[in-house]
Parts: sequence; structure tokens; C-alpha cells
Amino acid sequence: MMEPIEKVRAAHKVLAEFRYTPPKVQRGYAGQTLYVNVSDNTIAAKPVNDEMKRTFTGGRGFGLWLLWNAVRGTTRWSDPQNEVILSSGPLGGTTSYPGAGKSIVVSLSPLTGSVVDSNVGGYFGPLLKFAGWDAIEVQGQADQEVIVLVDGNQGLVQIIAAPQEEMDSYALPQQLVELFADKPEERVGITSVSTGPGAEHVLMGCLNVSFYDPRRQFVRLKQAGRGGIGTVLRHKKVKALVVKYLGVKGDSNAPADWAELTRVGSHMQREIHDQDPIMNDMRGGGTTMLTSIMNDFDLLPVHNFRFGSHPNAQRLYKKEFKPYFSEGIPNGCWYGCTLACASCVERLQLKTGPLKGQWVHVDGPEYETVAGVGSNCGIFDAHAVLEINFYCDMYSIDTISFGTATAFAMECYEAGVLNRQRTGGLDLHFGNEETALELLHQMARGEGFGVTVGQGIRRMKQLFAAQFGADPHFLQDIGMECKGLEFSEYVSKESVAQQGGYGLANKGPQHDEAWLIFMDAVTKQIPTFEDKAEALHFFPMFRTWFGLNGLCKLPWNDVEPADNKKKNAPRTAARVPEHVSNYIRLFRAVTGREDVKEPEDLIRMSEAVYNFQRVFNLKMGYGSREHDAIPYRSMGPVTAEEYESRAERYDQQLRDVVGMDPSGMTTALKMAALRAYREKRYESLVDAVYKRRGWTPDGIPTLETVRRLGVDFPDVVELIQKHKKP
Amino acid sequence: MQVLVFNPEVCDGCRVCEETCSQTWFKEANAEKSAIRISEATGQPGHFRAVVCSQCGECIDVCPTLALRRDKSGIVRIQKALCVGCLSCVGFCPLAAMYVHADNLVPFKCVACAKCVKACPAGALEIQKLPAAKLTVTEQRIQEVA
Repeated sequence: MMEPIEKVRAAHKVLAEFRYTPPKVQRGYAGQTLYVNVSDNTIAAKPVNDEMKRTFTGGRGFGLWLLWNAVRGTTRWSDPQNEVILSSGPLGGTTSYPGAGKSIVVSLSPLTGSVVDSNVGGYFGPLLKFAGWDAIEVQGQADQEVIVLVDGNQGLVQIIAAPQEEMDSYALPQQLVELFADKPEERVGITSVSTGPGAEHVLMGCLNVSFYDPRRQFVRLKQAGRGGIGTVLRHKKVKALVVKYLGVKGDSNAPADWAELTRVGSHMQREIHDQDPIMNDMRGGGTTMLTSIMNDFDLLPVHNFRFGSHPNAQRLYKKEFKPYFSEGIPNGCWYGCTLACASCVERLQLKTGPLKGQWVHVDGPEYETVAGVGSNCGIFDAHAVLEINFYCDMYSIDTISFGTATAFAMECYEAGVLNRQRTGGLDLHFGNEETALELLHQMARGEGFGVTVGQGIRRMKQLFAAQFGADPHFLQDIGMECKGLEFSEYVSKESVAQQGGYGLANKGPQHDEAWLIFMDAVTKQIPTFEDKAEALHFFPMFRTWFGLNGLCKLPWNDVEPADNKKKNAPRTAARVPEHVSNYIRLFRAVTGREDVKEPEDLIRMSEAVYNFQRVFNLKMGYGSREHDAIPYRSMGPVTAEEYESRAERYDQQLRDVVGMDPSGMTTALKMAALRAYREKRYESLVDAVYKRRGWTPDGIPTLETVRRLGVDFPDVVELIQKHKKP
Repeated sequence: MQVLVFNPEVCDGCRVCEETCSQTWFKEANAEKSAIRISEATGQPGHFRAVVCSQCGECIDVCPTLALRRDKSGIVRIQKALCVGCLSCVGFCPLAAMYVHADNLVPFKCVACAKCVKACPAGALEIQKLPAAKLTVTEQRIQEVA
């Protein structure tokens, strides 16, 4: 039962207050960032100068720069010095082009120990900027539960002791809207960043970023899932960051050239109107359409990535979720996003947990959630996926890490590493949805084996080897994590380029840097290591650019101009040249930067930030070749069962590529031969990519590279020199 | 509901309607600021077509801020105070009859004011009272809440 809102408000106590004159946004920048320290209740403004804009652009770039200056190489995620930083970017808050409302969160990750970035929809980043701030950095650790409020209309920042607000991630953002909207029309002007009770007990806590849906009349949630940043915010005892800003207009982002924005924006809106229904139909079900495609191409993770398809997978196809979605009204997570992938389930009756029997609403699921908590855990039931999705959000737990970590625990259970005694009585067989849900509820309560799973795969591997005497090599092979982060939900076994896309990703194996499976393994457009390395240069850089600017990647290539494939050769078409051109026009129209003319100019912006992030990893004790190693499960069959299930494919590779005759060989011998080949192939890829990126064979950016990109700050140079091998 | 209806049989392409419309709403003669657009029909010299809002209401369902509403006469109107300039309605109008001009942040459309009807020398335009359009999803939801 929720407390009456007046009682909650009455318990507030303002601990610190900072008044400012909200600056007028100019060409996509507010020109300052907001610093809040919840240990000593400091609130301060930091200027953003032209050099910072030139070097880091915004968004993830700003977050990395601010964090770099806030932490030392010895800082741990749980130290008060660690920060949670949110920033949108210069194009963020543009309303007239789809997908321009993202916030990028940066912090030191509890899972990886290094720097992590996670992008998220919702209104926070844009409204923060319109309130006068290009970024917010939250440092310190409060001694009581607090809310940080930014009122952009009044020019007021407060740190407020907030003892009575809910911890439940659905109830809290709704409560915040009621607390800070003076009248119903103001609800759309309230957005928050919050976490839930799960983030208190596990390392894979996510952030929920909200926006108010005026038609459905409730708060919608988007998640910054990756890397456990929710855990960091919870550790700081920050219940929520809240921005209030009323008065969004087409020119709130103060573009240099509104006329150009209207041209490029209305053209793109029309393109989505015409093309989306005949392409991905994002408007009709978001990314859930991917499940069938992945299953058809043997790329859908099943039973901890052992297999790529399953006869029951169709129970997780889009058609199973469609009846749950409420459609025909906007589903964009920021104004103007008509690609509208944020599907909403308005009515779901829960079967388990504290809200058992109640009707609730849930945002999603995204494909990653369907595959992660569904097929990868052997759970082929749409309702179960929705319920897990709901509780993950409510407790603030990343669905991807939850799914991949649970799948790992399930395989350990089936392999005899775990048993009922070791799981506290839980039957962790694949497909046991009740157990998967119970793990979640345990995470929220901070008890039982759920808390163990919530520490992530890297820690589970250590624990199972130390406590249960499990074979560490086997755990290493099947534990789908790299750098401490759980893999996202694509089977990469048949695409060495995608193995690189995962293994070489700065934050850990998330597909937001590169998704090359079709290009590599299906259409075979990048046959040589050099081709793959070029793809692993261009795509990660191009995709990084979205995160610098407050943009979503989906409108880039999840919808294409009708003539894209006719006009361009396949390799060029994959880059969607007309949309790349749109982004150049958009960037120029907003920032007025006429020196940005070619795709290469966008790539260079990203390269600076990307290499800086690689060096940041080095600063934190990672960032070299050994940390780009991936588990063999992501490269090939670990078990005989896996090999046999795709024996024809693997035998053929032995015959045609490795030059061995598999007939007469035992499965064990064939597996060993395939493994030797595939592991060597990954290392060759890594060599080629490092070379293309201007890194040493140990994976460290060279001095020439950081100089060329203008990130050769004295401490960067010092770090690189320190790691130079004779 | 009231709808501006165009008769291609009698239009001679003089474009007085465009000028009247932009004069009425933007105080200048500028076809790019007209909510009715006349063009020669493809492959049919001397024959003209008009692009103008049919008040179908599909734009109501794409507007994220509920800035588009139907008034008592069935005319779909933009509440400027609520518009955030996202141009969703411009891209998603089935007739491409929602317009935006670089001088303004808010799109515009025909509201069946009938100024062009009076001005058309050929009598090619009239306001007709047509049966009400089907309720949009948004309108259905608002009714349910009420």
C-alpha cells in the first residue's frame, strides 16, 4: 500500500540547494554540466568549453571525460569517488528526427571493474539539457535516502532527503510524477532515473529512465541495463534523479538551421511511414520480430548458447507477444520517434511474487529479453518472459545479464556442478520458469541462490570452482562473459567477425558496437581478415557516434530507403549511405559545424572517444589483449552434444577449411581440431583489428594514434608509455 | 464533419486558392505556406489535382503530445501550445496534406475555413458536410476514460 503523496512530501527535507539562471541552449549544447556530490551535498556548475565539445562531442564522450577526471586507477565501483553520469549529446532533444532522445550513462561497473557505458531512452537526457545541463555527474555516497531534483524552469537544483518514497521501480517513478507535477498537464515534464530493490543486492542492477505517457496515463520505463550502473546508484543511496522541465518546442535544442532540420526530418518521417510496414514493422512490435529471424538462421541462443534454434522457439515469436501489446498510438521513447519500438503491455496478470494475481503494465519485451530470459534459459512461454521482464524492471535488474547468468547457472545445474543442495533447494533445469522467477524474487529480497546468480558469471565461476570443486576450464568455456559482462543474445559461433564484435567491445560483449553476423557468415561480404577488421573499425566507430550525440541506432539501419539495396552494392548498402548523409546533415543543422562533411568526419569524432575509452580501461587495470579473450562457447562447440547437433557443418569446416578428413575421427578429436582452428582464427582476427585501429599487438592505442585523435593528454601518454613493451 | 472538397473537373490551375490560404493564415502570398496545394496531374496537361486534408484524423494517433484534436465540427486542429515540432504528423499523413514551413515550428493543415472556396474563380472548391470519420484509437481511449 503506497503512502499518501502528501505524507511522502511532508517527509522531504532539503539538504542542499543551488540556484542558477538556466542558460539558453545554443546549437545543441547548454554549455555547462551539473556536479552533485551526495556525500557532502555539494552542487556546482562546470563549464563546457569548445575544446571539450571538439574532442568528446557529448553523450558518452562527455561522460567518459568527466569520469576520467573523477576517478583514479585504484578507484572501485563502490568507492564514493565513482560517479553515475548521464548525458545526451548535441543532437539529443531534437524532436524532428526519429530516435534523438537518448541518454548515455557512464560509470565504473560493478561487473567489470572498469568503465562502462549504457544507452537508454526516456526523456531524461533531453529535459536535463533544456533545464540547462549537458550532463549530470553524481558522486559520493549519501548517509540517507536522497533524491536529486533539477527544476529547469525555476533554475533550482536540490538534494532532498526522501525517506518515504517507494523502492519499487514502477511505483517510484509514478510517485515522482505526482510529487513534482503541480497539475496533470505538467506530468509530461517530469522524468526520472531510479533503481529498485534488486540493485541493492546484485551487481547487475539497471537504471530505469522514465517518461510520462499522456494517452496511457502512466509512467513508461526504459532501461540502462548494461554493466550494473543501477547497483552503483543504489549504493550511493540515491533513490532517484529527477528533472522537471516544461515547454519543449521544436527549437528547444536551438538548432543552427531549423529549415534543414524540417527537410531532413519530415523526409525521414515519411520514409518510416512508407518503409517500416514492409521492412521490420518496428511500429507493430518493436524488436520482437527478431526471434524468428534468429531462430531461422541458427543464431538464437538456446540453453546457454549451446544451440542456435529450437523447435519450440515459435512460442516466443512476435505473434505470441502481439496480443499483449496495445497498439495504434505513439510508442516512441522521445518525441518524434515514429519507429516507436517501445511496445507496451498495458495489462498483464502476474502469477508469482509480491504482486501475484495483480494486473500490471510492462514495457517491452525487447528481443534481447525474449532471447535472454526466454530461449537461452529454455523458457518458451511468452507470459513467463513478460513476467520476468516485469520483475526485472521492478527490481531494477538487467534482463540481458539476468538471462545469460541464469542460463549459465542452469547449465551448471544440468552438468552436476550445482544441485538442489547447492542452490538452496531450487531446481535449475532449463525451462523451469518458476525457478527463474524465484531467483529474481530472491535477488530483490537479498537472499538465497538468486543473490549468487546476481553477482554475475565471472564471480559464479570463481565461486563454483572454489566451493564446489568444479573444473575451472569447463566453467571458463561455458561462462558467457567477457571482461566480466554477460554476453548479449546472439550466437556468434559461425561468425568470427561477430566474435570480435563481442570480444573487442570496449565495455564488454554487447552488440551495440557491431552486429556483423549476416554480413560475415550469411552473405559473406567480408571474407578476409582485413575485410573483417575494416568492418570492426567502421561499424563500432559509426555506432559509437550515436552514443556521442544522444541518438538511437535503430533509425539508421532498421529502416532503409526503398532504393538502398538497388542503388548500392551490398557492402555499401549495409552502411545505409542515405541515412549516413542524413546524420551529417542533422549534425550540421544542429551544431552549425560546417567542417563536418564526410562520413569519415563522423568516424573521427568517434575514434577519439573510442580510443580514449580503451585507454580508460587501461587506467583501471584492464584494456589489454588478455582482456579481449572470449569463452570458447562463443566460438564453437564446447560439448560433444553441441558438436553432434551441428556435425555436418563442423565436419565440413574440418574438411574444407582445416584440411582434415573427419571420417573415422572420434567426436573428441574432431572437437579438438575444430577448436584449435577456431581459437587461432580469433587471434588472427584480433591481430588484424588491432592493426587497423592503430593499436599495438597487445591492444593498446599507440602514441601516434592518440596524437592523431587529439586525446594525447599527459596522463594518457604516461599510461601508454607505462604499458609499452620493450 | 466539414471537409474541403476539390472538383478536378473545373479547376483551371489558377492557384488563387493557395494564395488565399497563405494570405489568410500567414499574411503573405506563398504557395509553400498554403494548406492546399495544386499541381498538374502527371501525364495530363491542363488537368489539376489538389492535396488537402480530408479530416480523416489519422494524424491524431501519431501525435505524441495530443496536440491534434478534432473539434465539434469534425475538423482536426493543432493546439500550438502542445506541439513539440516532431513532424510525425507531417510524415504520417496518408495524403501528405500536413505541412511544415521553415519559418514556423508548428505544422499546419486545412481547417476548412472556406476562404479559398469563396476565392476560387472556377468554383472548384466547396465545403461539404460528410459523415463523421471513424473514431481514432486516441479518441476511443479518451471516450473510455471519460
